[in-house]
Amino acid sequence: MEGNIAELGQYIGAGLACIGMGGAGIGVGTVAGNFLSGALRNPAAAGAQTATLFIGIAFAEALGIFSFLVALLLMFAV
Amino acid sequence: MATEEAGNGFNIHPMDQFEISNLFGDGGVHWYSFTNVTMWMGLAIVAVILLLVVGTRKRAIVPSRTQSIAEMMYGFVYKMIEDIAGKEGLKFFPYIFTLFIFVLISNFLGLLPMSFATTSHIAVTAFLAMGVFLTVTIVGFYKNGMKFLGLFWVSSAPLALRPVLALIELISYFVRPVSHSIRLAGNVMAGHAVIKVFAGFAGALGIWAALPILSITAVYGLEVLVAGIQAYVFTILTCVYLNDALHPSH
Repeated sequence: MEGNIAELGQYIGAGLACIGMGGAGIGVGTVAGNFLSGALRNPAAAGAQTATLFIGIAFAEALGIFSFLVALLLMFAV
Repeated sequence: MATEEAGNGFNIHPMDQFEISNLFGDGGVHWYSFTNVTMWMGLAIVAVILLLVVGTRKRAIVPSRTQSIAEMMYGFVYKMIEDIAGKEGLKFFPYIFTLFIFVLISNFLGLLPMSFATTSHIAVTAFLAMGVFLTVTIVGFYKNGMKFLGLFWVSSAPLALRPVLALIELISYFVRPVSHSIRLAGNVMAGHAVIKVFAGFAGALGIWAALPILSITAVYGLEVLVAGIQAYVFTILTCVYLNDALHPSH
């Protein structure tokens, strides 16, 4: 057992930061799932809402991306 | 760091593919160096010119395959702007179409084996996103004057909540270029790194290498999808921000 304790903290922190991506996964799943359930009830209106779907996914994904950014910063910038 | 050897037969360097290197001569990378990023961005521009200028030069009434691809992309982005930002947004069609096609072609070129994914670099995407952010902010103030600040003052909310909401809206406004750029770079970078990690497994597993190779094929298919979708998302968010600047009422 030898090594740098700061490096240990970096690796553990980067791993912990990745938990945030799970939240983004849940969010994207909720958006897509609700879109699908709505789209199957009213398929005629679904086509016009694809853009809204992607905007919703992009916003839900943004916070997962911040956790990815934190992980990257811990691994390469700190 | 992530590029260290594990020592037990695995030899995985998922981040090495994103290294910027000088193509001609040694020495460090300076602002004037001709690097692999320069080359692949140049190739993307050449590909765009081939598709849009050379491909549509005949202007046939019955389009060839290349011409119809170019026309479909044009129509796709035109309709996207019209749907989201309205008729006023069409003034910005050249800018948004340029962004879309540059990001799309860069993503696809980055998927070629042994190529370099320029959009995986936050420096590249942050430049594009800052351009969008500045354009949108300037257009918002130019078109609406001080009324543009109404974007942050949610007039439909109860009065007591408005300052809190204004703070949140302000933060989310300034976080836009960050999320806008890192979404694209992160998705492209993560996908390429995953492929590289699986490739590292394939080198170490001997006869069982077929398994990771199958996974690489599957992930690669996903990556082609992601390349298109991320270009689409980048463009559509540009349209959303532009819509906020043109119609800032809440």
